[in-house]
Amino acid sequence: MATKASRSAARMMMAPAVILLLGWMLIPLVLTLFFSFKKFLPLRGDRWENGLEWVGFENYVRFVSSSAFWPSVITTLIIVGGVLVITVCLGILLAMLLDQPMWGQGIVRILVIAPFFVMPTVSALVWKNMFMDANNGLFSHLWRLFGAEPVSWLSEASLPSIILIVSWQWLPFATLILLTAIQSLDSEQLEAAEMDGASPLARFGHIVLPHLSRAVTIVILIQTIFLLSVFAEIFVTTGGAFGSRTLTYLIFQRVLESQNVGLGSAGGVYAIILANIVAIFLMRIVGKNLDT
Amino acid sequence: MGKIELKQVTKRFGDAEVIPPLDLTIHDGEFTVFVGPSGCGKSTLLRLIAGLEDITSGHIEIDGKDATTLVPAKRGLAMVFQSYALYPHMSVRKNIAFPLKMAKMDAAEIDRRVEGAASVLNLTAYLDRRPGQLSGGQRQRVAIGRAIVREPSAFLFDEPLSNLDAALRVGMRMEISELHKKLDTTMIYVTHDQVEAMTMADKIVVLQAGVIEQVGSPLELYRAPRNTFVAGFIGSPKMNLLTGPEADKHNAHTIGIRPEHIDVVQSDGVWQGTVGVAEHLGSDTFFHIHNTGLAETMTVRAIGDVSLRHGDTIHLSPRMDEFHRFDKAGLRIA
Repeated sequence: MATKASRSAARMMMAPAVILLLGWMLIPLVLTLFFSFKKFLPLRGDRWENGLEWVGFENYVRFVSSSAFWPSVITTLIIVGGVLVITVCLGILLAMLLDQPMWGQGIVRILVIAPFFVMPTVSALVWKNMFMDANNGLFSHLWRLFGAEPVSWLSEASLPSIILIVSWQWLPFATLILLTAIQSLDSEQLEAAEMDGASPLARFGHIVLPHLSRAVTIVILIQTIFLLSVFAEIFVTTGGAFGSRTLTYLIFQRVLESQNVGLGSAGGVYAIILANIVAIFLMRIVGKNLDT
Repeated sequence: MGKIELKQVTKRFGDAEVIPPLDLTIHDGEFTVFVGPSGCGKSTLLRLIAGLEDITSGHIEIDGKDATTLVPAKRGLAMVFQSYALYPHMSVRKNIAFPLKMAKMDAAEIDRRVEGAASVLNLTAYLDRRPGQLSGGQRQRVAIGRAIVREPSAFLFDEPLSNLDAALRVGMRMEISELHKKLDTTMIYVTHDQVEAMTMADKIVVLQAGVIEQVGSPLELYRAPRNTFVAGFIGSPKMNLLTGPEADKHNAHTIGIRPEHIDVVQSDGVWQGTVGVAEHLGSDTFFHIHNTGLAETMTVRAIGDVSLRHGDTIHLSPRMDEFHRFDKAGLRIA
């Protein structure tokens, strides 16, 4: 990109993609903002053609003052936090295991990645019916084998169950990113630390973990973006009951179950704000790892 | 103290025997250089001494104590790696302090030793930088600093200068030699560069395919190479090795003569040939000579700038008392 001509040519060629992406983002955003200031209840006869009534911030006030709002925010944060902790910790352990030379390495690695290819809806159904069913699930059989009372997972421990399902899906992603990071660690550094008298635990803490910090940052940022909008797993398993209603799910209920587009849109704007708060927060904590 | 003894040490990787049974004694305070072509097992040998690889059989003794099964940290050796292996996320100070911190030394003592090492190595100004902000030579010094603070009984260097440019290499070579004089500690140094070996070593160990070809001081190796391999490996440019009728004249299978022991004469030389490439260095001129009828090419060093060019005929006169004679197995004939 040295000359003026090549720079402007580059801009011209990038323009279609930029404009498309911008439109892709802006149109839904503007529409959401537009609806959030309108009273729009399709079942009560509100129609786009007839013009929608401007209600100011009424939708925003109603959404926040609903008793379901704060619990849903907290549920969202618990699910995101829980999944992040589990995937990052287990991901580091699995990545270190997979980094060891072993027989059938290729196949094992593919198997580890496999859950990532399963659609969220399908995996949630499999977990719900095959593992967590209170009567016939594998877990309840296991519990009975040890003489324990089977747990009806999704109603008695709905949040941990959903965290488990979502973690299972995202663990491969974390493992994969962390594995490539571990593979890029210079083995001479580990040997130098060994010569310097560092125990295996000290080598992990002083050499491996700092080396992984950047990869962990990336895993956390990318996963957070996707985890804030977890939906299928909740829809399929609990349907938002038993305290498993996240902000995303609450918006879905407002728009589709209550058929209140305006209220749901206001919730959508809150979700954007929440996502940004979380993002800024994360960037502050871990973002400095990306500088160096 | 830092006497290291290897007794019948072997190393196998699967079916491949990298080091056949090998005996070697490195005396306290000696600067020993392992030299050989790449893949000759010199780095493996160093890693066996360091404990980074397990030996297949035999014994390693350090200061008279059996260290065969000791973990690397307990052997009292410090190593400088080819890639320096500095910890990139730690400052220079923390890098140098790391082995002391691992030994749970108290903070004041750590500071004292780090400052000491930094002043010896001219690193005081860089103590709070990260390795990524340093030049190659400075990184090299940090790696050495990390080794010396432990006050080990011996230092192991694994091709430490191969990542530096030529000018820096010469400088670091001197610094390491100085350091050896100052610390008076055993050092084992691995390199494939025979110039490094010749300039730094008290004792050179020439290795080929895991076998020790010869052990001796640099000049012993230069003056009396034990076989044709050592003869060809030590000395730059390489010794000319001749077989056939010329060797028969000296009652040997192979004769060797170093480029610096052949004189260029105006006429009536013993040998003559055509000049191929001529390398004019100013102080010396190296001629690669063809069509001598003795070997494909011969190398000759002339002192100063000799004005012979490509294609010229050159007359040569070897110094008769400087011939090395080898038998059919390649061994030196006394």
